[in-house]
Amino acid sequence: MADPMKIRATSKDGVTEVKVLMSHEMETGQRKDAAGAVVPAWFITDVTAQHNGKTVMQAEFGTSVAKNPYLSFKFKGGAKGDKIVVSWVDNKGDKRTDEGAIA
Amino acid sequence: MIDIKYPIALGVTAALLVMPPAVTAGTKRAAVKAPTTKAKPAPAAAAVEKDAATLDFEKHRAEMEDASPAELFEAKGEDLWKSKRGLKNVSLAESCDLGSGIGVVGGAYVGMPRYFADADAVMDAERRIVWCMVEKQGFNFAEIAKKPFASGNSAPDQTSIVTYVAAQSRNMKIAVPLNDPRVRDVFETGKEVAAYRAGPYDFSCNTCHGSDGKRIRMQNLPNLSKPEGAIIGVQGWPGYRMTGGLMLTHQWRMNDCFRQQRFPEPKYASDVVTALLTYMIGTANGQLYKGPGIKR
Repeated sequence: MADPMKIRATSKDGVTEVKVLMSHEMETGQRKDAAGAVVPAWFITDVTAQHNGKTVMQAEFGTSVAKNPYLSFKFKGGAKGDKIVVSWVDNKGDKRTDEGAIA
Repeated sequence: MIDIKYPIALGVTAALLVMPPAVTAGTKRAAVKAPTTKAKPAPAAAAVEKDAATLDFEKHRAEMEDASPAELFEAKGEDLWKSKRGLKNVSLAESCDLGSGIGVVGGAYVGMPRYFADADAVMDAERRIVWCMVEKQGFNFAEIAKKPFASGNSAPDQTSIVTYVAAQSRNMKIAVPLNDPRVRDVFETGKEVAAYRAGPYDFSCNTCHGSDGKRIRMQNLPNLSKPEGAIIGVQGWPGYRMTGGLMLTHQWRMNDCFRQQRFPEPKYASDVVTALLTYMIGTANGQLYKGPGIKR
């Protein structure tokens, strides 16, 4: 199973900034291993973030996103203690959901 | 006649054409050389240059520290530290003493290398953790030593555990117990290793890291014989290398030094690496350790 994400969120003047660190290989499918065989592509395809059950951010990732991706975004609203839930799905169908609270 | 004279004339003009640049190059070189022969202005100029060259790196590093993937390994390491593993099915948290009691991780990293009576040896953090994994949890050392450092797409368990332990010493002062004669002994060995000149290029650690103001290409090299320099060599390890996305430990860095010197690489968790780490971290005593870092 995939490793957990690190989620940090802070609210200031009615705007919440969310910082997410995901643990993923993000293989492009362009690399070859020592034996010359292509390392199959393996990357996050979709990322969704929810604030109190409402989707506030949706993103499609591709192979150009770096290993162990870092994503930060802002949305209007959000108060201290509110729940932020981030989930991702990769091209192998593996998924991971983690949550954090707004500080 | 003309045919003969012509080449001579050409030869003269060619010589004239060549001469002026040669002269200017000569004077230029002389102009550059002059300040370096005077000891004082050169380090000052180097210091200014250093700031300009490292400023961008530092800015980038500050941004990256906010989102250092080292934290992912820290989280993984915490899990590994606390879970029951190995043949003996015990956790390190309930069996491993890093110097201030079983399971105590706060401030442990900055207090190592230190002497451990149960192993009758001076050990650095990684060596101690591996020792605990082998002695307390029943892991096989030979298995661990087969692939001791991160490569490709995987980081060994002990790397994550070291990262977790190091993070528990974030913003603490380095405090290697150098007044312990056994630690002092290893420290002195490390000092000698750092001064040992050998290998096909015949240089020692100190050739580049033993005095102020040295650099390799654009990179400034810390003077490891002083606390302010030694901390630069300690800071940021264990570190996440953006190149390749690997989490690497201080032990790995020492092995890489030997590789760069074209020395045979030491065996995993060997005495010589502990000695070098004791010398370097011990010299940095009293300096602030900022926790696991991020490297180019």
